[in-house]
Parts: sequence; C-alpha cells; structure tokens
Amino acid sequence: MKIDRRQFIKSAAAVSTVAALPGAPFIRSAAAADTIKVGILHSLTGTIAIAEASVVDAEKLAIEEINAAGGVMGKKLEVVVEDGASDWPTFAEKARKLLERDQVAAIYGCYTSASRKAVLPVMERYKGLLYYPTYYEGLEMSPNIMYTAQEGTQSAIASLDWLYKNKGKSFYLIGSDYIWPRTMNKLANLHLKKIGARVAGESYYPLGSIEFASEINKIKAAKPDVIWSTVVGGSNVAFYKQLNAAGITGANQALCAMAVSEEEASGVGPENLEGFMSCMGYFQSVKHPANAKFVKAFKAKYGANRVVGDTMECGYISVYLWKLAVEKAGTTDVPKVVAASSELALDAPEGKIKFHKANHHLWKHARIGTFRKDGQIDMIYESPLIEPNPFAKI
Amino acid sequence: MTLDTFLMQAFNGLSLSTILVLMALGLAIVFGLMGVINMAHGELMAMGAYTTYATALLFERYMPALHDIYFLIGIVLAFVVTFVFGFALERGLIRFLYKRPLDTMLATWGLSLILQQVFRHVFGPKEVGVPTVSWLRGAWAPVTMPGASFPLSRIFIIVLALLVSFGVYLLLFRTRWGLRIRAVTQNRAMAGAAGINTERVDALTFALGCGLAGIAGSSFTMLASTGPVTGQQYVVDTFIVVVFGGVESLLGTLLSATLIGELQSTFEFLMTGSMAKASILLLVIVALYFRPNGLFATKVRR
Repeated sequence: MKIDRRQFIKSAAAVSTVAALPGAPFIRSAAAADTIKVGILHSLTGTIAIAEASVVDAEKLAIEEINAAGGVMGKKLEVVVEDGASDWPTFAEKARKLLERDQVAAIYGCYTSASRKAVLPVMERYKGLLYYPTYYEGLEMSPNIMYTAQEGTQSAIASLDWLYKNKGKSFYLIGSDYIWPRTMNKLANLHLKKIGARVAGESYYPLGSIEFASEINKIKAAKPDVIWSTVVGGSNVAFYKQLNAAGITGANQALCAMAVSEEEASGVGPENLEGFMSCMGYFQSVKHPANAKFVKAFKAKYGANRVVGDTMECGYISVYLWKLAVEKAGTTDVPKVVAASSELALDAPEGKIKFHKANHHLWKHARIGTFRKDGQIDMIYESPLIEPNPFAKI
Repeated sequence: MTLDTFLMQAFNGLSLSTILVLMALGLAIVFGLMGVINMAHGELMAMGAYTTYATALLFERYMPALHDIYFLIGIVLAFVVTFVFGFALERGLIRFLYKRPLDTMLATWGLSLILQQVFRHVFGPKEVGVPTVSWLRGAWAPVTMPGASFPLSRIFIIVLALLVSFGVYLLLFRTRWGLRIRAVTQNRAMAGAAGINTERVDALTFALGCGLAGIAGSSFTMLASTGPVTGQQYVVDTFIVVVFGGVESLLGTLLSATLIGELQSTFEFLMTGSMAKASILLLVIVALYFRPNGLFATKVRR
C-alpha cells in the first residue's frame, strides 16, 4: 500500500488526538491534587514597570511565606508570573491566558486604572478573581475584583480634613492630567467647599511633564496655605527638584503629596522632599508587630537597601486575604471565595483591617507623615478605620 | 501681576527656551543637516543622563572629597560616551539607510525601544536619583528684588546652552571641519568630487549630534527625572522645535526654541499645564499649515 503524505498526516493526527484525549484530564487533575495555581500580572517592562516591578516582589514574598507555612488547605501555591508590559491590551490578553490556559484560582495584579479597566471584562467573562493592590479613584465594583488599597475618598477626605484643621484654610490643587488626579480633585473641590476652605488654584500637567517653573510662579503668587499634589510618576522628580530650586521647601510651605511613597522618594531625591507630607494607607515606619515582620522578611529576601511602600504592602496582603477567604470557604471557587471575603479581617502590616460587608473594598486607615532626610516617613496622623465608599455622594 | 512675578516669568521663559535649545541642537544637526530622522534621540539624552548618574556614583565611592566637581566631569563624559556611541551607530546602522528615510525612522525607533530596555536592565526600572551638587542648589535672590528668586540650576543651563550654541556656531562656520559639513549638506556629489571624504564627514557629524544630545541629557538631571523612559519625555518637544524652526536652519532652531519657550511659559501662567501644551501644539500646526517648511526655513536647491 502506498501512503501519500496527506493520508499520513491525517492518520498521525488521529492517533495523537486519541492518545491525548484520555491523557489530558488525567494530567490536569494530577497537577490539581497537590498545588493550586495563582497568577501575578504586572508590568515588568515598559513605562509603568517603574512602579509595578516591586509589587511583584512583595506578592512573591507572600506566596513564598504561605508555602513555607504549609500552603493553602494543605496545597502548595504554584505561581505563574505574566508581564503586562505597560500595555492595556496586553494586560487583557495575559489575563485571559492566565484564566483559560493556566486556570489560576486568583490573580494579583494591575496598577493603573487603565490596565484594570482592560482586565475587568476578561475577569467577568471567565469568572476569574482579581486582587487589585493600588490606591485608585473609586467608582467601580466588579463581582470579580477585590480592591485591597484605598479608594479615592478614603485618602482624600481624611487628609483634607486634617490639613484644614492643622495647616490652613486655602488649598492649591495640582495634578497629572488623567482620571485619578481629576477625580481626586473633584472630590477635593466638593469637600473643601463643604468644610468652608478656599481653593486657591487648580492645575493639571500632562503625564511625564518636566517643566513646572511657571506653575511654581503661580503658586508663589497665589500663596496657598497648603499644596495638595496628585502629580504622579517621573513628573514628581521634576516638580520637587524645581520647587526646591525656587526656594519652596518643607520648612516654609505645607505640601501634601497623595502619590509619593517611600518607594518614589529615592528617585525624587529625599533631600528635595524633606519636610513635605505624604498621605498613604501604609508607611514602612508603621509601628505594628506584623509590619516589623513584613519589613524584616522583605529586606532579608531582597536586600537591606530596599524600601517598601503602600502598593507593595497592599500586594502582600492581597495574597493573605485570598488565602484566608479560601480557607474560610473551603474551596477556591470564585463566588464562594468572594462571599467568604465579606467582613473578613486580617492583622496586616498596616494594622487590623477588614473587608466591607458588600462592596469588595477594605476598611483602612489614612495616614499622614513627614518625609525625613533619608526618604523614610515619620507618621504624624493616623485616622481611625475609614469605611470604603467607592460611589461617594458628597 | 507684580513686577517680581513678571520678571520671574520672563526668566522662566528664557530658561525653558534654553532647555529646548539644548534638546534640539543635536537633532537639528542630525535631522536638519543630514536628513536622518533619529527617533532614538531621546534615548541618547537618557544615555547622557545615566552617564552623569554613573559618574556621581563613582565619585561618591572613590573620591567623595571631589564630589562638588563631579557634575562638570559628568557632562564631559556624557558627551564622550554619546559621541562614541553615535559614531558606532552611524557606521554600524545608519549609513546603510541614508537613501531610505522611512526605514531609518523604523530602525531608530526600534533602537530606542532596545535602549530603553537596556537601561531598565542595567539601572533598574525605577528612576535613579542624581544628586544636585551643592553649588547649584537653591536660588539667587537679588537684594534689590526681595520677592524674586532665580534658581541656580536654571542659570547654569542658560549659560551652558549659550556656550554650546556658540561652540556649534564656531565649529560649523569657523573651522575646516564645519566647512566640509556644510559643503556635504549643500551638495554631496560636488563635495565628494572636490575631494572631501563624505563618509567620514557623515559619521563625525552624526556623532556630534549625538554628543550634543548627551550634554543636554546630562544637564537636565538637575531639573527632571532620570529613568528608562526619560528620553520619551524629551523627544516630542525636540522634534517640534526643529520642525517648527525649519529643518535646514540652525538659526531657525534657536529662534523657534526661544519662541516656543516664551510662549509656553506664558500660557502655563495663564492656564493649566495641559491646556498650555495643547495651545502650543495648535499654534505649531497652524504655523506649519501656512509655512510647511518651518518658520525660518532657508531656501535650498534640491
């Protein structure tokens, strides 16, 4: 019998299909028996890698600690790390890959709101579960996302109230030009009006902008009691260097940065930040036993010169919050894990926190601190636990 | 508006103008004189900035006593490093693409992505802190004007930009090398026939443009951030200045930088930063609509 090429390929394909069929489910269930797969989805390359790469470090640390302590429900966690590459369609594609191919039980990931918005429909369609560790503007609640950092009102209102009481009555709002600063300033405008403070100016600069001389001149002319800054990323370096060069320092001007943590301080140059304030949910200097343990473990794994900031801590607790919810539910099934998360409490590095009953966000502290010369932050104010209110009506 | 504010605003305009001049001079030579659209120009600036950072680290470790002069050496080193890199780049890549402008664009854009990722691997994804030397910290406040203060770093950049512009002028119009560059720019075939080694001139001219980018990047470490994507923040403004001024004219680049700098800082004072930027772009578009070759284009025979 003469076999031509086409026939050969056909029969070969048939044989391999038959061979693969019974094999595949067996392999999958065998793997599922002793490990649980979880995914990490952040940008390791591209513009945003600057902020996200270290969040991955914190999340990996948590997973490692959990495995060392015996895993989740007796199973070790197996982590799949994907690179979102600072590109929103890539985020969506990688999320789909994690859910469809790797069948991960949960994903810890995303940094910018844009990346989260790109991943959201994928999470809902494939019934995945995303833990989102970045402080953001609020106005969202997906059944498939848990938000482990502050939403807008949790930091904005607490900081404005404190500044109004302690630093002065007129505020200058300056921010980068995208959704988070615009929403934060919208909240700020409404709230300042309500408490009787004055808005001395409001200005936005394109992301990555490096020229603030004219703005600083305007600030000097407006003489506000407080500068409330939602400038993000590389622009911050330019903003603080130029403020300093123009003679505006922590010694003579109250300034509260809403997006500069210990992590950004080294790039900005701590000497330019000294005396200015930062508002975050977490500082490395928080005095709490769980925090001492976290900071020590992080430095032991990644080096003594590394620092931790708010987003990293939120990434770290995301893994633990998921673990607790899974153990409470007794399964990794997403709706059951989400249901078990309601009012779930954790003794986190930032203190005792808990999930809201219904809205997928955390009850959190807002903290205000002053930058020291070495880039660390001395806490000067800690709010009580604040209820998350992503759809705020002011 | 008080007199002090007005004076400071004028100073800011001047400062921004000189920043744009420094950014654009290198590109004006590469793009203007040689016709190479170098999309990696921003990354060359970042390379200059990183060289300065590396110099600062070296001084901190081995010669802490001389820390105050590291910055001057850093600028020189930034020029040397980017000059050498530019020379190698021209010999290794650009010279094969002179007749294919679109391919040059694509190739240099690819190069810019590669360089960004190299910076990320070598120096990490986070911004690095380049220390400001003590003699450039703070501001000069004249006694006669109590409300005004002029940041020393900006004064330094103004002086540096003037020196560099003057140097480029001397080089192009008062030396044999400059004469050769101009000859090759105006008529390549004829210059070659007259015995000028056009390939050598190309390589050195391109390297000079890159070296100037290095100087710019190095000096901007005082004002702005140094990170893997720093170059992207500069490159758009750089192209706008060169195209707006008129591609073949160095004087045009200077004038357009001055015009854009003064206008932008005025707009920024009157409206928010984003709107100021948008207005500038709108003005440039309208200007280019009426003068497609740029505001100060010299007439060249093609």
